Amino acid sequence: MADQPTASERFIQGILPENPVYRQLLGMCPTLAVTNGMKPAMTMVGATAFVLIMSNILVALIRGLLKPHLRILVFTLTIATFVTIADRFLGAYMYEMSKELGPYVPLIIVNCLIISRAEVCASKQSLGTAVADAAGMSLGFGLALASIATVREILGAGTWFGMAVLGSGWPAWGIMVLPPGAFLVLGLLLGGVNWFDDRRKRLAVTASE
Amino acid sequence: METLSSLIMIFIGAALINNFVLHYFVGICPFLGVSKRVDTAFGMGLAVIFVILIASTLSWLFTFFILRPMAPIPVWIWQVAGGNPETTVDLSVLSYIIYIFVIASSVQFVEMYVRKFQPALYESFGVFLPLITTNCAILFACLEIMKNLQDPTMLWGLHEALILALGGGIGFLIAITLMAGIRAELDLCDVPKSLKGAGIALIVAGIMAMAFMGFTGMDRGVEQALSALGSR
Repeated sequence: MADQPTASERFIQGILPENPVYRQLLGMCPTLAVTNGMKPAMTMVGATAFVLIMSNILVALIRGLLKPHLRILVFTLTIATFVTIADRFLGAYMYEMSKELGPYVPLIIVNCLIISRAEVCASKQSLGTAVADAAGMSLGFGLALASIATVREILGAGTWFGMAVLGSGWPAWGIMVLPPGAFLVLGLLLGGVNWFDDRRKRLAVTASE
Repeated sequence: METLSSLIMIFIGAALINNFVLHYFVGICPFLGVSKRVDTAFGMGLAVIFVILIASTLSWLFTFFILRPMAPIPVWIWQVAGGNPETTVDLSVLSYIIYIFVIASSVQFVEMYVRKFQPALYESFGVFLPLITTNCAILFACLEIMKNLQDPTMLWGLHEALILALGGGIGFLIAITLMAGIRAELDLCDVPKSLKGAGIALIVAGIMAMAFMGFTGMDRGVEQALSALGSR
């Protein structure tokens, strides 16, 4: 296991270099569906982070018992258990929010991000690394959702976390909070991230010459 | 007539107005990943329809008989075991675990069956089957059916659940095939380098979603036409 990344490397990688949304294109369904405002987006990030960290802990603890042909099934059932807990918790303490998120909380079960972390990291490495990996990935996921939700909420409603930002004269771009806005904003932000990355690489090459 | 028109409404709602991909954002992963060629996209769409019908049938059976509040089987077991008949027996806390188990195992069985008995079919869409387990569209259909079964005023029957699943599957097929057609044309275009791949695909999907918003209101028109047909 000498060539596996260490805990701190895993943590750093999750945030930007291997950002789950912009780099790996994982977990697109909540990314697009709940980013019409900051509040639902952040609730979703909280629920996903809880499920990701708990399932990584559990998978890392039982990794010695896993049988290769059954591992995906074990991962999915583990995730489903924690999603049920998160869903019941939201229903009990944040009823309005859980109504608004609707089916997207149970859909965390099929968020490819969580299964891929269980497969890539937690089923191979020790508990500490798995927790660091889950925390880094959750942070990266949170940053990505926050960036999309910020653009969509400010342009679509002129508010941020429900606070007025652009004043009452702003003609709210209704399309931004509707489904098409999600696709357009994510596509453009993805293009922007790629452009920025290419530019940084080009500058690094010119600087070294 | 009444049931027929409500079935048509469910179908149009799931396939066009609230398209699974372009309105609810479920099934985005295959929508972006397997939409490079029209024939593979069509195969993926057919495989999804196939699995969504099986999974919805099973999840309707499980929800109706076991998982909804006061479902017949747990109530019977509770009373045989000598429980208080006044208590509400509700196993819906188990639904997510059961659904994902049903989906994963039905995909496994379908794959085994198709590989053994329909080799030609396996050649054409067998490779997509394992991918479908983590396709949100299937679980989403199960959750919609659950929502409409737990509400005692709706209490969907099996036919309504199947029509919803069929509509959702056909909506997915339409969206992914259109997308693959557009992407084949995009290969010939001069796309900015940083937008190549997923970026431009998402922007195209955004424009398609705008076009699909044009179907809003179609349900009311169809409803009026059907009621006029019924009264004649």
